[in-house]
Amino acid sequence: MATETTAPKARDAERVLPNESAQNAGAPKRRNGRWSGYWQLLKVRLLELKREPEVVFWVFVFPLLLALGLGIAFRNKPADISSVVVIAGEGAQKTVAMLENSPQHSGIRARVLERDAALKAFHFGKFDLAIEPQTDGGFKYYYDPARPESVLSRAEVDAALQSAAGRKDAIATSTEASSEPGSRYIDFLIPGLLGMNLMNSGMWGIGFALVEMRQRKLLKRFVATPMRRTDFLLALTSSRLVLMVIEVGLLLGFGVVVFHMPVLGSIFSVMLLGAIGAVSFGGIGLLTACRAQKIESVSGLINLVMMPMWIFSGVFFSYERFPAITQIFIKALPLTALNDALRATIIEGASLASQSGRLLVLVLWGGISFVLALKWFRWT
Amino acid sequence: MGLTIECTDLRKTYDGKVEAVRGLTLRIASGECFGLLGPNGAGKTTTIEILEGLLASTSGEVRIFGKAWTENPRQLREWIGISLQETRLSEKLTVRETIELFASFYDEPRAPEEVLEELQLTEKSDSWVGKLSGGQKQRLAVATALVGNPRILFLDEPTTGLDPQSRRQLWDIVRGFQKKGGTVLLTTHYMDEAERLCDRLAIVDHGVIIAQGTPADLIDRLGGHHVVEFQVSANGNSDGNASGDSADDADWRALPGVESVRRENSTVCLSVHEPHLTIPALLASVEGKGQRLEHLSTRQASLEDVFVRLTGRHLRED
Repeated sequence: MATETTAPKARDAERVLPNESAQNAGAPKRRNGRWSGYWQLLKVRLLELKREPEVVFWVFVFPLLLALGLGIAFRNKPADISSVVVIAGEGAQKTVAMLENSPQHSGIRARVLERDAALKAFHFGKFDLAIEPQTDGGFKYYYDPARPESVLSRAEVDAALQSAAGRKDAIATSTEASSEPGSRYIDFLIPGLLGMNLMNSGMWGIGFALVEMRQRKLLKRFVATPMRRTDFLLALTSSRLVLMVIEVGLLLGFGVVVFHMPVLGSIFSVMLLGAIGAVSFGGIGLLTACRAQKIESVSGLINLVMMPMWIFSGVFFSYERFPAITQIFIKALPLTALNDALRATIIEGASLASQSGRLLVLVLWGGISFVLALKWFRWT
Repeated sequence: MGLTIECTDLRKTYDGKVEAVRGLTLRIASGECFGLLGPNGAGKTTTIEILEGLLASTSGEVRIFGKAWTENPRQLREWIGISLQETRLSEKLTVRETIELFASFYDEPRAPEEVLEELQLTEKSDSWVGKLSGGQKQRLAVATALVGNPRILFLDEPTTGLDPQSRRQLWDIVRGFQKKGGTVLLTTHYMDEAERLCDRLAIVDHGVIIAQGTPADLIDRLGGHHVVEFQVSANGNSDGNASGDSADDADWRALPGVESVRRENSTVCLSVHEPHLTIPALLASVEGKGQRLEHLSTRQASLEDVFVRLTGRHLRED
C-alpha cells in the first residue's frame, strides 16, 4: 500500500512547483479523450438548434406546409371543368341546350350573360371561353391563346357543338384517365422540396451560423483554446447530417402518408443522396461565410447564391421550360443535380450508379468550395 | 522564478497605416499579476491578443514559457486561459453546458462543478447564459478560461461595465488564481483596478510603454504621494483670471514640499511630499497676494495623477 501514502505527498510537492498547473493539484484529475471536443461541439450545436423555435419551424414545419399547400392546390388538375359564357341573344338558350346534350357535357359548364357583362367576365378570367351565336346558326368563339385552359376549352366546346349538330367521328377512339401516384404534381414536387430544403438548411445552417459566431467573437474565443479546428468544422457538418435525416424522413414520410406518394428507390439511396447534398451545400455555405464579418452581409450573399437555383433548378416546375441553350448551365447547378438525382431515385427507382454524373456535379461543387473556404477562412 | 511571458520590440501595423503597437517590450515573471494600463485605443488589446497568439505581430518576438507561438501552439493553448474583451457566449446554452464545452477542449481540465463553485455560479448552472446578469456573464467568461486549468490567465478589460460589487468579486477570483501560483496579465483602463490588483504594471499610450513598475514605484516617481488641489480668485473679483495666471505657478512651485505644479481648468494641483508643511505656506502665500482661496482639498496621489503627469491627459476622457 505504499502508493497510497506517497500519493498525497506527491500532490503537495506539485503545489509548490513553479510553472506547474496553478489550480488545485489536490482535485481529481480528469483526462479528456481525443474526441471529447468534437462530441461536446456536436451536442451543443444540436441543443442550440432544438432551443431555437425559428429553426424548428423553417427546417421542419415550413417544407411540410409548402408540400401540403401545393399538393392541395394542384390536386384536381386533371379533372378540370371548362367554364364558358354564352352571349345573350337569339340562339343563346339553344346553344346551352346543345352543350348539355353533347357527349362532352360533363366537362363543360355554361352560363348566359348580356354581351358586355359576358365579355368583361371572360377578360377577367372568370370564364375560359365566350361563345357568341351567329345569325346564320354558326358560332363565334372569344378565347385567350395565352391561357392554356382557354385553348383547351375552345377545342372542347367546338367538338361538343359540332357533334351536337350532327358531326360524326371519322374513327372510334377511347380514353382512360391516368392520375396514378407517381405521375402527379405532388410526386414531382416533393423531391424538389427535399432538394431545396437541403440547400436552404445547408447554406443557413453552416454559412449563417458561422458568421453569427464570428460576429459574436465566439470563433475567436474557440481558437484561443486547444480546440482542434477540424473538430469544429466536423461537428458542424455532423449536425447538418443529423438534421438531414430528420428533414428527409419527415418530408418523405409526409408525402407517403398524406399523398400516397410511391418511393421506388431504396431509403438508403435517398438518405445517401441527402447526405451528399447536405455536405455539398454545407461546403458552399462555408465558402459563402469564409470572410463575412456581419450577418447582414452574409444573408445577402446566401440569397444571391441560392436565387438562381430556386428559379432554374426545377424545384416547383420542370427546367425543361427554359430555352435549350440554357440547359447545360442549369444542369451544372448543384441543386439541379440533387433534384434530378432525388427524382430519379424516388419516382423512378433509379440506382445510385446511374446517378453518378449528377453525384459528381454535387461532389465537385462541395469539394472545391470546401478547399477554397479553408484557404480563405477567417476565425477572428 | 523564470519568465512566463516575454515580448521584445513588439510592433503591429494595421493595413500598413495604423500603428497600434510601436515597439513594446515586456518581461513578466511566473506568479506575477501584471497590468497593462492605458486609455482606450492605446494598443492594449492588440498587445494582449498578440501575446495570446490570436494576432500576428508585424515585427518583434513573443515567448510564452520560452516558446514561440509557431513552435507548438496547441501545447501553449493548454497552458493559457483567456477572457476576450467581448465574447457573446451562446445564449441558449446553460452555464453548465458552456463550461462542459470549454472543458472538453483541454487534455486535463478541472472539474466544471468545482470551477462553477469557485466563481459562485453553482446556483446558476442550469440557467441559460442569456438570462445572466452582466457580472455573472463576466464571471462565466473567466470560468471558461479557468476550466482548462491554465498557468497563465489573460484578461482583457475584465471589469469594464460592471457594477462595483461584481468588480470586487472578479478581483477576488484573480487573486485566488494568483495565490495558487498562476500568472496573470490583464488590461484595464481603471486605475483603481490596476492599483489594487497588479504587482507590476506598464502604462501604455499610443502603442508604447511610457512607464513601468509597481504601482507604488510609479506613484513615488511623481515625486510626491499627496496631491493638494485648490482654486483661488483675486480678492473681491472672481471673474477674469481666477486662480491667477501661470506667473503664479512659479510661486506655488516654490512652496515647501512641492514637487510639481499642474493646472486643470481653474484648479491648481500640487504634488507634495508633506502636506502639513505645504498647506500653511500656501495659505500664507494666498493671503500675501491678496487673493482668496475658493476651494482646497488634499488626497493620496493615484495612478491617474501619474498618467496625467506623463501625458497631460486623463485616462478616461469621454
